Parts: sequence; C-alpha cells; structure tokens
Amino acid sequence: MVEKIKQLEMSGITKRFPGVLSNNRVNIQLEAGEVLAILGENGAGKTTLMNILYGLYQPDAGEILLNGKQVRINSPSEAIELGIGMVHQHFMLVPTLTVCENVILGLSKRFFVDLKTAAKRIKEITDRYGLAINPDAFVWQLSVGEQQRVEIIKALYRGANLLILDEPTAVLTPQESNELILLLKNMAQQGNSIILISHKLNEVMALSDRVTVLRDGVVCANVKTQETTQEELAKLMVGREMAPCRREGKYSPGKIVLDLQQVHAKGDKGSEALAGVSLQIKENEILGIAGVSGNGQKELAEVIAGLRKLSSGNIFLNGQDSTNMSPAEIIEQGLGYIPEDRIHVGTIPSFSIWENLILKDHHRSPFAKYSLLQNRKIMSHSSSQVEKYGIKTPDLETPTARLSGGNIQRVVLAREITRNPVALIAAYPTRGLDIGATEYLHSKLLEARSNGVGILLISEDLEELTSICDNIAVLYEGKIMKVIPVEQADERTMGLLMAGIAQDSQFLN
Amino acid sequence: MSSKHNGVFKQIIVLLLALLGALLVGALFLILAKSDPIKAYGVMFSGPLGDKFGITETLVRTVPLLLVGLGIVISFRSGIINIGAEGQILAGAIGATAVGTSLSDVPAMILLPAVFVAGGACGAIWGGIAGWLKARLSVNEILSTVMLNQIALQLYLFLIRGPLIDPKEVSYGTGVPQTALIPEQIWLSRLVPGTRIHSGLIFALVLAVLVYIFLWKTSRGYRLRAVGAGSEAARYAGIKVEWYLVLAMAMAGGMAGLAGVVEVTGVHHRSLEGLSAGYGFSGIVAALFGRLHPLGTIPASILFGALLVGADMMQRAVNIPAAMIMVIQGLVVLFVVSSDYFLRNPDSIVKLKAKFLGQKWIGEVGSKWKDS
Repeated sequence: MVEKIKQLEMSGITKRFPGVLSNNRVNIQLEAGEVLAILGENGAGKTTLMNILYGLYQPDAGEILLNGKQVRINSPSEAIELGIGMVHQHFMLVPTLTVCENVILGLSKRFFVDLKTAAKRIKEITDRYGLAINPDAFVWQLSVGEQQRVEIIKALYRGANLLILDEPTAVLTPQESNELILLLKNMAQQGNSIILISHKLNEVMALSDRVTVLRDGVVCANVKTQETTQEELAKLMVGREMAPCRREGKYSPGKIVLDLQQVHAKGDKGSEALAGVSLQIKENEILGIAGVSGNGQKELAEVIAGLRKLSSGNIFLNGQDSTNMSPAEIIEQGLGYIPEDRIHVGTIPSFSIWENLILKDHHRSPFAKYSLLQNRKIMSHSSSQVEKYGIKTPDLETPTARLSGGNIQRVVLAREITRNPVALIAAYPTRGLDIGATEYLHSKLLEARSNGVGILLISEDLEELTSICDNIAVLYEGKIMKVIPVEQADERTMGLLMAGIAQDSQFLN
Repeated sequence: MSSKHNGVFKQIIVLLLALLGALLVGALFLILAKSDPIKAYGVMFSGPLGDKFGITETLVRTVPLLLVGLGIVISFRSGIINIGAEGQILAGAIGATAVGTSLSDVPAMILLPAVFVAGGACGAIWGGIAGWLKARLSVNEILSTVMLNQIALQLYLFLIRGPLIDPKEVSYGTGVPQTALIPEQIWLSRLVPGTRIHSGLIFALVLAVLVYIFLWKTSRGYRLRAVGAGSEAARYAGIKVEWYLVLAMAMAGGMAGLAGVVEVTGVHHRSLEGLSAGYGFSGIVAALFGRLHPLGTIPASILFGALLVGADMMQRAVNIPAAMIMVIQGLVVLFVVSSDYFLRNPDSIVKLKAKFLGQKWIGEVGSKWKDS
C-alpha cells in the first residue's frame, strides 16, 4: 500500500528550456485534505511545474519533499507509486473500451484480465466519492464530463491521494464544472490533496483553500483563498489592473461583405453538417455564432474559407460570387481566417515565427521578388509585428511550436489582421487562452471592427459573445435558429435556442 | 547566434555517437562472420582515405549518393517518403543512354545538355507517377515507389537486353546485356588523370547549393517545405498541396535521374547491369545522416562513399562478404533515425545522464545554478 501523502513540498524548483526560464526557484507546499490552486497565465510555468512533480520533466535545480523525505521522480510511473495522480487536459482514454477496461489498462500483469474484481473496486471508489458512472459503459458513449470522471477514477484506482488537475474545466459545460467542483471538494474532505492548475478565477475561488500565483515562472503570491478576492488575484496574475473589453460606439453597419445563401455542406462523416444556412455580415459588424460545438461551426468556417465544398447554395464575398473559388482566390478576395486549430492549421509548428507570419504572403511583394524571398524585408516586417502584437519570443527564428498558446494566437492574429481583410472569421479564437490574452484578442477584434472589417465570431462562450458582438446567430444542427441583436440575448433565450427550441414554438408557453 | 552553433555542434556529436554505436553493433556481426572487427574496420577506414586511389574512388561514389540524397531531401522535406530512387536512377540512366547513342552525330555542346535533360526528365516522370498517385488517389508513396522500383528494374533489363542492346554484342554473339557506348565527346572529363573521378562531382556540389537556395530562399521552396511540415496549414494558406506533392516527387525523381546520367556519362559510358549498385537506398541514408539538409548531405555522402569503398576493400583484405556493409548501413540508419529522439527531447539526455551518473549529477547542476 502506498504511504499516504500528508505533506508535499517543492522547493527551489528551477527549469530552463531553450530561451525561457520556465520555473525560477518556485516553492509550493500542500497538506493532506487541502486544495491548492496554482494560478497563472498561459506560459507562466504552471504546467511545467506539475510535469516536474509528475515525473515528466527533471528540474534543473530544486527538490521535492514528500512527508518530509526528499524524493526523485523519474517518470510518471514512479509518481503513481508515490501516490501522485494527474488528470491531463486532454484525456488519455481508449474510446472503444469500457470504463472498467480503461481504468485497468496497463495495470494487469497477468495474461487474463480479472474484470470482475476490478469492477468491484471501481464501484467502491465511485460510491465513496459519489462519482456516478457505469463501469460497463463504453467510453465513446460518455459525455466529456463523464470521461473526465473516468480519468479521476483511473488515478484513484492506482492509489493516488494527491491529484493534479490541469485546467479541468476547460472542456466542460457550466453545469459539469459545478459538479466537478463539488466532487473535488468532497474528495478533499476525505483527506486527499488536490492541486488545481487554472487561470479561471471563479473556480479557483469556489474550490481552493490556498492559491499560489505564478507569473513568468516566479511565485508572485501565496495567499489563503478566503483572504483574497477575484480582482486581487487577477491583478497578481496579469501584473496590472484589468479592464474587461466591451463593445463601444454605436452599431452602424455598412454594406454586406459576406453573404451566405442557403448553404448546404456535408461534414467529415458524410452527413449533412450545414442544412441551409443564410447569413449576412456587414462592414463594422461582429456577428457571433453561438451554439454547442459540433453543430456545424467547423464546417461553416471551412465552407467560407473554401476549404470545404458546398453541396448547394451560394456564398458572396465582397460582392463577388466566391462559391467555387479556391482557398487562394478567397484569400485574395480579402478573407481573413483565424482557424479553430491554431496550432496545426493556423501555423506550421516547426516553422519559425517569421515563416509563419508570411504564410499567406510568402509569394507576394514585398516578401518575394522574382520568386526569391526578400530576407531583409521579411525580417523587418516580422520584428515590427512581434513588437506590435507583443509576441513573447527569444527571437524570430524560434519555431512557433515553442510558443505558448496565447503567443501562437498572437502570431495568427498579427498575420490575419495585417492583411487588411474585408471579412474575418474567428473560430473559437480565445479557447484555452488566459484572461490577458483573451482581453487582448477582444480588443484587436473590436479595433478591426471599427476599421470596417465584418467579423464572424464563432464561440461557445456566451459571455464573450455578448460582450463584443453586435448580433448573435444561434447555430443548431446545421441551421440558424435565429439572429438576435445582442441587447436581447439573455442567457435563457440563448440557452433555449442552443438546445434547438425556438421561442415561438408551440411547445413553449 | 552562439546557441545556434551549439545546436549544430550537438547534432554532430549525437550523429557521430550514433555512427559509433552502429559500428559497435556491426562489430558483433563481424565476429559472427568469423572475422576480426578491428582489422576489418582498420581497413575500412584507412583504405578510402589512405591514397589517391582510395580518395578518388570515394568521391566517385559520393556523386550519385549526393544527387540521390538531394532528391531525398526535397521529397522528405515535402512530406513524402520516397523509396523509389533506385528505379528513378535507372530511368535516368536509360533515358540518357538512349538519347546519347541515337543522336551520336550531334555536337557535344548540344548533346551533353540534351542527355542531362533527357535523363533528368525520365527520372522526374518516374518519380512524378508516385507523386501523382498520392496526390490524386491517395496511394501510399512508400508502396508505390517500392513497386515502381521493381517495374523500372525489369523494364531497364529488358531494354539493355533487347531493343537497346549494343549491336556489337549481337554481331559477336556474346550477348552481354549492355547498351552501346555513348559517343566519347560527351564523356565527362576526368578531374584527376589516371583515376575515375569525373566532373560530375562539381555538378553535384553546385546542385547541392542550388537545392539549398531553392528550399530556403525561394517562395516555391517555402511552399514545398510548408506542405511537408504542415499540410493542413498549407492548404489553409491557399497552397495547392496536391500539386506540390507531385512537384516534390518529380524533383526528387529528377535528381535521382541525374545520378543515373552521371553514372552513365562519367563512369560507365553506357547502361549495363548493376548500374545503380544500391545508390538509391544508400542515398536515403546519406540524406538522413545529413539531417535532411542539402549542405549536410555533402559530407554525409562523402562519408557513405568512403564506407562503400572501405567495404569493398574490407571484403578483399579480410575476406568477409560485401553484404556485411549492407548490414552496417542498415545499422547506421537505425541508429541515426533513433538518435533523432535525443535531439528532439533535450530532457532525455539529462535523464540518461542522471541514470548513469546518479543523483549526484543533478545535485551538481543544481549547485551550478545557485552559483550563477
């Protein structure tokens, strides 16, 4: 049996990556039954620190003490043996196996698998913590929230009594997040320790006992949750006062820049993903697309960008029929596009920052002349972009794979906005970004709006939509339920529309 | 800048360690083959570098290795695993021979470039087929290039035994499967009299520089690399990914075809059996060893040229089968490809050191940190 973790101390942890000091003499302490939140913006070093604790990285300096004894953790399996469990942001489950099979995956040393005993032990764990889940269900049948619970069970099954959760609510709906918070509180009350990595202030306030704030790899505060406020934490985390971005100025739309008429398109699996979408986006307008993702958002963006074929309907970009144009022609016509997958679509991870900044213009003057790349022009353009958009990087040659999510998005944003688009699609542009980066992105979108760009903002975050959009269209099963002015977009109305219930429906009274 | 140099230095160290590892394991095989590995390696390394003959023979083999390697660099950088250089070499060789022998009255000023163009084009078409199949029908290029190798080989053998066989072989009744000699005015000049080293070496070196400029300094090269490094992002940026797959394979095939041309015009002066001598595969190794960089492929090709010559000498001096060098080459590929892991994960080196040097080492680094 694993020795119970009564106390954890990491002291003087230093970890350097090429060009970045990710952790600089970081100290944290944690007692049994306590929830410690590690708060910080993307790139502050939270994940690095936890990966060190979980044995994925070795620190350059510093030590880890468990119950007062120094330990060295060389690999995740050693961490698990010590009672440390980690639930990653991206789940590591096999969809075609059952919950039970996933939990014991890799554990059985014998040839035949004893599923019965395993199921019994899983039931003990789920009963103890109130984790409602059917061990015989297949993982692919489970919702995201349930899959996360499987990950937690996996860690508990392996004897973890210190759980590390990396941004656990990033993928959950508001209801699921609340359930998770209750669950984690219960687990802590029963003597487990929990480390929560997050940049979401409300959940940190709701769940944790203490907060350690990291900024640029350094611990900049260590406070009791009860003795602080959201505002103070935000200030500590970002290092300055925050003013949330709001739409300013009157809504005075110009001419239509993007016009979708009865657009039908198929999804990747061949079923109809867009079932007759008609939308108009005008100059100086931000049109939000609300809806639970998977209702045609991805296809909508791709169809406009020319990356997916329409099965019927028409699209007009800046007055021109762009229905059958190639992606290159559509870019030429003035479409900007911040794609959902900023890492693999928005950028080429192994390409340097300057190479990614000219992704769409590498063949054009002034970056190319007689097909030869004009190094000096490219470099001066790139360094001014890096400065203007505040991209944090050691140099221009750094591959974007080494940048944090927020900085990668800045690279994409710099490229797309500098091209002076007529219309701009932004698909989930702030997903996974921290407050500072989100605020920055919003301010840039609003700036583009006031410069006349027509923007289509696809998002799951209602708060984001209502704070910067002029109008919001709700997408449900490939159809636009309704387009409503932002003033009328209250949570109840939107929620019903997102669930596919039209307000004037006869079923509602 | 200094960190960049450090990176290159580290790469070289890791590569040399990989080579050493391969040779150590190769030594086991040599012992199994009942020969003395020290003596064998002694001959293998001293031979190619020992005298004028060794050095020039090394360079003779460097030329086709480098040309093939350049093609491999282009295709791998574009995201295509081209295993088809062997067939593309033969396509280039037979194309060059056919033009050279049938237009023997044309002056060299015109005929020599024509021979190069013809051979390069044949290789490009042969490679382009695989590229087109991948782009249009999503046929796995590894399968298609391997199969195209077989087809090219049989076609080549058919041509040098039948339609293109040297008329003299027929009239003498000897029937050796080889074509007629190409006219002497288009034989590549010898750089060192009395040896086989020919001006194809200069051609290949110039081409290496051109490929470097193409891939890193031109917008088309940028596109090829973009397609290879992130095809989805390339498509998003408006690059016609399919077209560039075909282009990459055609260029790779063209380079291999040129390797066939220089073997014909520089060494054999005709097409004959066993012309390619495995350069199509060794070229892949050279390109990988050169870190898929055109300029890195130059020293790598010299190294593998030396290995090939050394193997020949080893075979004669120590009396071990030439197949042994294939084993050693295979080991080098495995080690080099595996060594990449250490370059991609700097942490793994730390872990490895910690494992062998124990806790103390981490402590030392820690104290270094505190000092600084």
